[in-house]
Amino acid sequence: MTPKNRTNPLVLIPLFLLSLACLIPLWLIFMVSLTNENDISTYGYRFWTDNFDFTAYRYLRHDAETIGRAFGVSILVTIIGTVVSLFVTSAMAYSLSRKEFPLRGFLSFYVFFTMLFSGGLLPWYLVYTRMFHLQDTLMVLIIPGLIGGFNIFIMRTFFTNSIPPSLIDSAQIDGASEYRTYFSIILPLSLPVLATIGLFVTVSYWNDWFTSLVFINNEKLYTLQYFLNKTLLNALFLQSIANKAYSSTAIITPPLESIRMAMAMLAILPISLVFPFLQKYFVKGLTIGAVKG
Amino acid sequence: MATSIIAPATETIASKPQKKLLQRLWKYRSLLILAIPGFALLFVNNYLPMFGIFLAFKNLNYTKGILGSDWVGFDNFKFMFASNDAWMIIKHTILYNFTFLAINTVLAVLLAVLLNEVRNRILSKFFQSTMLLPHFISMVIVGYLVYGFLNPELGFINKSILEPLGKETIAWYASPEYWPYILTIVNTWKSVGYLAVVYLAAIVGIDQEYYEAARIDGAGRWKQMTKITVPLITPVIIIMTLLAIGRIFNADFGLFYQATMASGMLKSTTEVIDTYVYNALLVTGDTGLAAAAGLLQSVVGFILVITVNRIVKRFSSDNALF
Repeated sequence: MTPKNRTNPLVLIPLFLLSLACLIPLWLIFMVSLTNENDISTYGYRFWTDNFDFTAYRYLRHDAETIGRAFGVSILVTIIGTVVSLFVTSAMAYSLSRKEFPLRGFLSFYVFFTMLFSGGLLPWYLVYTRMFHLQDTLMVLIIPGLIGGFNIFIMRTFFTNSIPPSLIDSAQIDGASEYRTYFSIILPLSLPVLATIGLFVTVSYWNDWFTSLVFINNEKLYTLQYFLNKTLLNALFLQSIANKAYSSTAIITPPLESIRMAMAMLAILPISLVFPFLQKYFVKGLTIGAVKG
Repeated sequence: MATSIIAPATETIASKPQKKLLQRLWKYRSLLILAIPGFALLFVNNYLPMFGIFLAFKNLNYTKGILGSDWVGFDNFKFMFASNDAWMIIKHTILYNFTFLAINTVLAVLLAVLLNEVRNRILSKFFQSTMLLPHFISMVIVGYLVYGFLNPELGFINKSILEPLGKETIAWYASPEYWPYILTIVNTWKSVGYLAVVYLAAIVGIDQEYYEAARIDGAGRWKQMTKITVPLITPVIIIMTLLAIGRIFNADFGLFYQATMASGMLKSTTEVIDTYVYNALLVTGDTGLAAAAGLLQSVVGFILVITVNRIVKRFSSDNALF
């Protein structure tokens, strides 16, 4: 019999293997990004290299015009999108959480129905391109991700369950307006749910490539993810970017293979860096999302 | 006198609810204002496209305008079902989703039970972190990871496994027969950890008294797993499964588009409804097909969600969506 506080190795082995399987593909890409271009063409992509080579990263540092710009677009869209999304979502959720609000029932259904039925890709595409003419703008990268029924309901549930109505009543007896109540009482008390939802909104903006795929043709507005998508699917695109920055570096032939993988590493970097520290919030977000909150 | 008293009285009774509603709306106008931005965004992003479903019955012509285009009845649907494409994409979408669901559920429950047995906190956190990481990586990067293994000239499998073994290398992105397996592996890699964490949350919620009682009765670890843990999380498994069935008509566009690198040669095994709609709209420009397939997907999806909710309600009304 194993002692109570020891874990059975039969439990640990499959879990170790799975963790390894989750990390191995990332390790492969990481090693390729550090491998000398000659070695890549001789041995292919491998899990280890004898000749470490940082040319790809040095090259990317010089290339502010293309990948630097895409990085910038992604950061801008993510920050604006997350902040605006949190305000819009929490404001609507707050209204829906107030029992006195006369349109509560109607608006709840209005939000809920968007979770049941969707018009499909074509009408959605036409609304943004033909009605509002937003193709090739920063706006179209931000607007579609701002609001979602699920997040509104998660926040509404939090407000109803965690903020006692008497608190709101007493604030308003003291003369606080609804806006003031929302800003100075509700929001500060709701930091856990704001952090959880904010984190998920941030990740979904950072990882979004679909909106760009559908609406963006202007290279200057490529987000990092879409930029990566283009470089993977289109070898000529990668070549043209490499040539553009070629003159500004001392490198004779740009190491295309390792550059490609180095860019992918840079795109994962922000999430992998914060992930271990914010794991609690990630897990919380997943479980309220799946098992109704 | 009497009538004049009654008359206004009846009038107030008749208009009372309306007047009261308006009064209350005025009183709570600040709450209305707080809800307006969200209302407007949902209107633009979700409701306007819903009104656009009539496009499935039109022959969309941009020069005539969206409203001015000709009505064609069910021609778009007839055209879609006249080729074998419609049945192929429906079959693919459903078969892939069922396979993913079956494999993911079995593996995730197994992993959750194993994770619950890990006594060391740091180790448990490490496992959860690494298993969750794929869920938060974008599909574009997943495309890169797959490419790292399957690149025909340099990829790990061709260059480091098949070549040294003296076997012929495989042009992965031109060989549709392998993709049902590849896509299943990629999907499992990406979602099994997340599902396991969800099931683990359900297991952690089980009352410890059950286990204590079982230990007193002499039940070992294996007995506790099979007789307590699994039966007690079965409701969660059923609900997660039903919810997934409600989405069975919606494929994961990112997986089918990015992992395959949008290779046209793989379509015979990898084309699903979502990629078909995308191609019809933005690659071939066949808006009629895009609209018809999109509407079909929305309507079937709607019916499925409503039906599944009814079934969930029967199991446990707490977990029903509505």
